[in-house]
Order: sequence, then C-alpha cells, then structure tokens
Amino acid sequence: MHKQYANHTALDGVSLEVPEGSIFGLLGPNGAGKTSLIRIITQITGADSGEVLFRGERLNPSHIGHIGYLPEERGLYKKMKVGEQLLYLAQLKGIKKEEARHKIKGWLERFDIKGWADKNIEDLSKGMQQKVQFIATVVHDPTLVILDEPFSGFDPINANLLKDEILAMRDRGASIIFSTHRMESVEEMCDHIALINRSKKVLDGPVSEVRDAYRTQTYEVEGRGRLIVVHPDFEVIEHKERENGHFYDCIRIVHGKPNDLLRYLIGPANVEVHTFREKVPSINDIFIRRVRETHPDYVPESDSILA
Amino acid sequence: MSKIWLIVQREYLTRVRKKSFIIMSLIGPLLTVGMFAVPVLIAKMSDSGKVVAVSDAGGLFTENLPEAKDDISFTRASADLATAKAEFKKAKYDALLYVPKLDVANPTGFQVFSRKGLSMSLENDINRAVNNAIENQRLRAAGLDHKVLDNLKADVDLQTVSLSDDGEKSSSTGISTAVAYFFGFLIYIFIFIYGVQIMRGVMEEKTSRIVEVVISSVKPFQLMMGKVLGIAAVGFTQLALWVLLSMGISSVMAGSISPDKVVEDRAARTTALVRPTTTQDQAAKQDNVAAKFSQALKSADLNMPLLIACFLFYFLGGYLFYGALFGAIGSAVDSETDTQQFMMPVTMPLVLTFVVSQAVLTTNPNGSVAFWMSMFPLTSPIAMMMRLPFGGVPAWQLGLSMLLLIAGFMFAIWVAGRIYRVGILMYGKKVNYRELSRWLFYKG
Repeated sequence: MHKQYANHTALDGVSLEVPEGSIFGLLGPNGAGKTSLIRIITQITGADSGEVLFRGERLNPSHIGHIGYLPEERGLYKKMKVGEQLLYLAQLKGIKKEEARHKIKGWLERFDIKGWADKNIEDLSKGMQQKVQFIATVVHDPTLVILDEPFSGFDPINANLLKDEILAMRDRGASIIFSTHRMESVEEMCDHIALINRSKKVLDGPVSEVRDAYRTQTYEVEGRGRLIVVHPDFEVIEHKERENGHFYDCIRIVHGKPNDLLRYLIGPANVEVHTFREKVPSINDIFIRRVRETHPDYVPESDSILA
Repeated sequence: MSKIWLIVQREYLTRVRKKSFIIMSLIGPLLTVGMFAVPVLIAKMSDSGKVVAVSDAGGLFTENLPEAKDDISFTRASADLATAKAEFKKAKYDALLYVPKLDVANPTGFQVFSRKGLSMSLENDINRAVNNAIENQRLRAAGLDHKVLDNLKADVDLQTVSLSDDGEKSSSTGISTAVAYFFGFLIYIFIFIYGVQIMRGVMEEKTSRIVEVVISSVKPFQLMMGKVLGIAAVGFTQLALWVLLSMGISSVMAGSISPDKVVEDRAARTTALVRPTTTQDQAAKQDNVAAKFSQALKSADLNMPLLIACFLFYFLGGYLFYGALFGAIGSAVDSETDTQQFMMPVTMPLVLTFVVSQAVLTTNPNGSVAFWMSMFPLTSPIAMMMRLPFGGVPAWQLGLSMLLLIAGFMFAIWVAGRIYRVGILMYGKKVNYRELSRWLFYKG
C-alpha cells in the first residue's frame, strides 16, 4: 500500500495480513500512518497504489456492511435520540429497519442502558456517549471491526466491559483491528501485531513469535546473600542491594541455558534465590529496539509518544 | 440510492420536527399578512372621527358645509375668529379652519389651527374641501353647471399591451413588477435561508466528528446530496405551508382590512371630496377601483401555469446550485467565523442580481443586461424569474437558460463534491482558495 499526501508520505509500501478471528494490534506512534491505513480499509479514501483484499476478494462497496469502524475522534448527532441514531447508522450499513431495531434492543440490554433509547445524545455523559458509539460500530454484526484507540474516554469499569465485548466478538469469529499508540494497553489482548513507524511497517507477526524473536536471554533474580557474578557466560546488567541483605539482579546469559545460570547461582555464587524469571521484552521495548535498528537516526520526540 | 434516501429522510425529519421550523411556519404567514395589514390598520385608525370646526367669516360655506365623511366631519363655529378660537379650546375639535373675507379670484389668508400638529391626510382633506368650495363658487360665477363640468372631465385607464413575436398580449406593468419581485424575492430568501442551513449542517457533522462514521458507510457525495435534497424538501414544505396558511389567514382577514378595500376607501373618499357626486357615480367608481385590481391580474395575462412551473424549476435549480456551493464551504472550514471569506463570492451574485434587478430588470426586462443575467447560472434563477412576468421571453432563451442552469448545478455539485470529500476530514487547517483548487484534482 502506498499513500502520498501533498507534502508527506503516509504509507510507504505497507503490507499486512490480518488473520480471521483474531485481534490484530496496529501499533505505532502518532502520525505513523495508522489512520491513513484504516481510512483505506474503510473505503473513506483510496490508496495511490496497492490493493486491499477482503477474504480474498478485492475490496469493494459491498464490503461496507461487513466492516464496523470506531474512529479515534468520536462523534454522534447531538440532537438525535439514541435509538433513532443507532437505527439510522445501522440502516446506513445496509440492514433492514426491523432487523436493526431488534439488534439495537439486544445491544442496549446487554449494556444495561435500555432506558436511554429516548434520550438525546447531548444529554448523556461522555462515557455514556462512548458506549452508544461502540454499539453503533458493532450493531450490524461486522466480520471486521476496526477500533481506533477504543479505550480512550472509558473509565476502568466500562473499559473492562468493552474488553469483554471485544473478546466475545472475536470468539464469535469476528476479526478485530486495534489501532493505538499506547502499546501496553493492547499487548495482553492482541494475537497479532504490526508496528508502523514513519509510514513503513517495521515489524509484524503473532505476538508470541515477536516476543520470542526479541528475547534477550535476560533474567531477573531476587534473593538473599551477597551476589558476585564472576562467570564469563553471565553478564550483570543491573545490580541492586536491598535491605536485610536482599538483592535484585538483572543478568544476561551470554552463553548457555537458564538452568546453567540457576545452577551457578545456588552453587558457586552461594545465594538464596527467591525469584527467578525471564525478563520478557514489552512490545514497547521491542518497538524502540526495532526503530533504532531501522532508523538509527530516529529519536522519539518525547517519551509520551512511546509510553 | 437507498442510502441517499435514508439520509434525505433523516435530514428532513430532524429539521421538520424542530420547534424552530414549526414556529417559523406559523409566524411566516402571520408576518406576511401583518406586513400588509398593519399599515392599513394604522391608516384606518389614525384618521377616524376627526371633527373640523369652520369659522366662516368669508361666507364660503354659507349654503352648506362640506359633506361629512366617515372619518372627518365639519361643524360650524362662530364667524368671529376670537370667539371661534375660544369655542375650539372648549370643545374637542381636532382642527379649526378659518375662512377670511375673501376675493374669489384671489383667495388668500386661510388658516388652520390645531392642538398638535396636523396630520398630512387631514390637512390634505381640508385643503381639498376649501379648493372644492372655491371652484364651485367660481363655476357659479362663470355660469357653468357642475354637472356639465363633470361630463367634461376625463378619467381614462391605460391598458398596456406588450407587442411581441407571439402576438399581442395585454399586460399590466404594475402587476408584472409586483409578481416579478414576489418570485425573485422568494427565491432569493429561500436560497439564503436553506443554503446556510446546508452549510451549518455540514459543519455540524464535521465539528461533531460524526462524519467519519457516516462516510465509512456511504460515499461523501451521497452524504452531501442527501443533505442538499433533504433540506430542499424542508424548504418546499415550508413554502407550501406558508402559501396555504397565508391564503387561509388572508381570506379570513380580507373582509375587513384587505389592501384592496383600503385602496377603495381612499379612492372613494377622494372622489367624494372633490366632487359631490351622486351615490350611483360613487358606486360605479368604487367598482371601478376594485375591479381594476382583479381586472389587472386578468388583463396582465400572466400565464400563471408557466410562471409557476418556471418558478418551481428555478427555485429548485437555484437552490441546488447554491446549496452545493454552501455545502462545499461548510466542509472546508472549521468554524462559522472562517466562512466569511468563502461566503462572499457565493452570495455576491445573489445580492447583485437582486439589486441590479431594481434598476434594470424591471424597467428593461428584455434588454441585454437582463438577457445575460438570465443566462448565467449564478444569477439566472432570480433574473429569469423577474423577466418572465413581463412576458416576451422567447422560448429559446428560456430553454437555454434552463439548460445552462442544469449544466451549472451539475458542475457546482461536482466541484462541491470534490471539495467536500477532502474538506470534511481536514481539521485545524486554515484553507485558502489555492488549497481549495488543489483539492479539486486530488485522486480518490
């Protein structure tokens, strides 16, 4: 996929595959090109070159009814009643009036907001509007749901409710594309991820594979005693002394297996081990590493972008 | 197509259900009727029951005082001015007319006293009564009978006839002008009101960010057209309601204070004061005035079916043309304050037509300015509607103008669609004309 705007390139040869029935994380800092990609999939704009295949078929207007899109910038008609609004948006997706009515009723019941149907949107709180917006996104039972920063604006309770709904949708066979720049928020939910930076894809694959590929053979060790590592196979990255003779160490295995390190610790090093666990790289860490590898000159503008 | 229909429905229903729409629909006709009725009522009220005392030292009214009309009556006061003044102060007369000793050949020195200033119409009426009395005296001195003079006086109505290739047509310039203004004004006002509504609607969708959700379901062009058509339907509904309600209200009120009747009243009073005519004469004259209006409508030979058909066409065509442009403006800006720079070139031709029409169109409805303005799609909806009532627009001109308008709004909608498509997703960017023209050629 290529997409060029007047003075910058939004997408430069990005190619992705979203497996059916999975949650796909589309990650990247602001301005990386996520929204451009989504707008191409939702047929809001077209690509300069490249094509989108939807279940093997070239994307065309008949697919609109199979896609549900929750944009980052939310909005509803302020002076319209919740029920009417949902009905209108559902009908625009191509469902019949009666069927839409039935489905809306079901969703309002599921979210326990049946009493709102006759309220105007402007009379609802922000969080309530978000719920309505989410229903509008999925009311037509799309097989592909695209959620752009879905959790922004939700309190923790409703965020959980939303999370459960998203997982339930996946279990019903829908594919979900998650777009976010807050990578830690979706790590736990995503089956697949793709990282986009500066209009290029820098990484993609199943989350477990990505993690495996970026394992650093680093282990966190906590315990009691004086730990002095003098073995050439192990490198101490971080060492902290704690009270009562406790310690925390971060050790990279340069050569060998985790058990070798464990044996060394309880053997020659002679310390009492309380905790021994692999330090798994977060998606965020992987992203930063990947960006450094591909764009050595790239310095994130601020931590918040990658936080 | 069914999606456009859905959008049309939403735009229509949400607007028609608004309180402001219902209020406007009810108040509109009241305002229209009120605009005619209030001046009439005021005119009627102010002059009623005035009493003018006459201090006739010159003996002008020795035989009889001027006849009392329903709103002015005359009464005799002492011939001595000082006593008359005292009487005037005591009694509740509205005015005191002093007739000095006078030479009929060269009458001077008439005075009118009043408590406050004298109203224009009362002064005119008194003046006319005095002139009348003096004329009568002179006639008598010259040995002429009043009746003879009446027979000599002429009062001819001109029938204006427009002579065109299609043959002779009688027309009434006054009525044509009125009809031309009426149609022109309606189109003008509706394009403005509903054009701005389109613009607001687009901006509302843009600023509330609903637009991204909607255009993931429909094409931006469909959304725009749905909005334009939906609001057009609202406009037609309002127009129909106004016409129906206005007709209802005015037919109820016509009995008492219709403009015709007041015109009659005035005319009758004038004639009565000028010439003490017989009641028969007066009735005939009244008939004449009343008939004149309805006759003029008939004799104007306005070809109402054609006019109404053309009105609907230009109403819709002009609205679509401007509506699309207003929609494009709405999509290009973020807030109402930014609309000004783009509104100007769109509204200018509209305002200009209306202004120019006063100078050129109605005075020379088939001149070259009128011709060009009625061809150019930006101005033709109003200009052609203002030419048509005068007649004499050749069929080819009408046809060409309609074709150009259709072509014009196709083009306008195309341009607007291109701008709209880019504009609705563009936030926080100050847009200028160069930017807009670049949008026209953006790909997909």
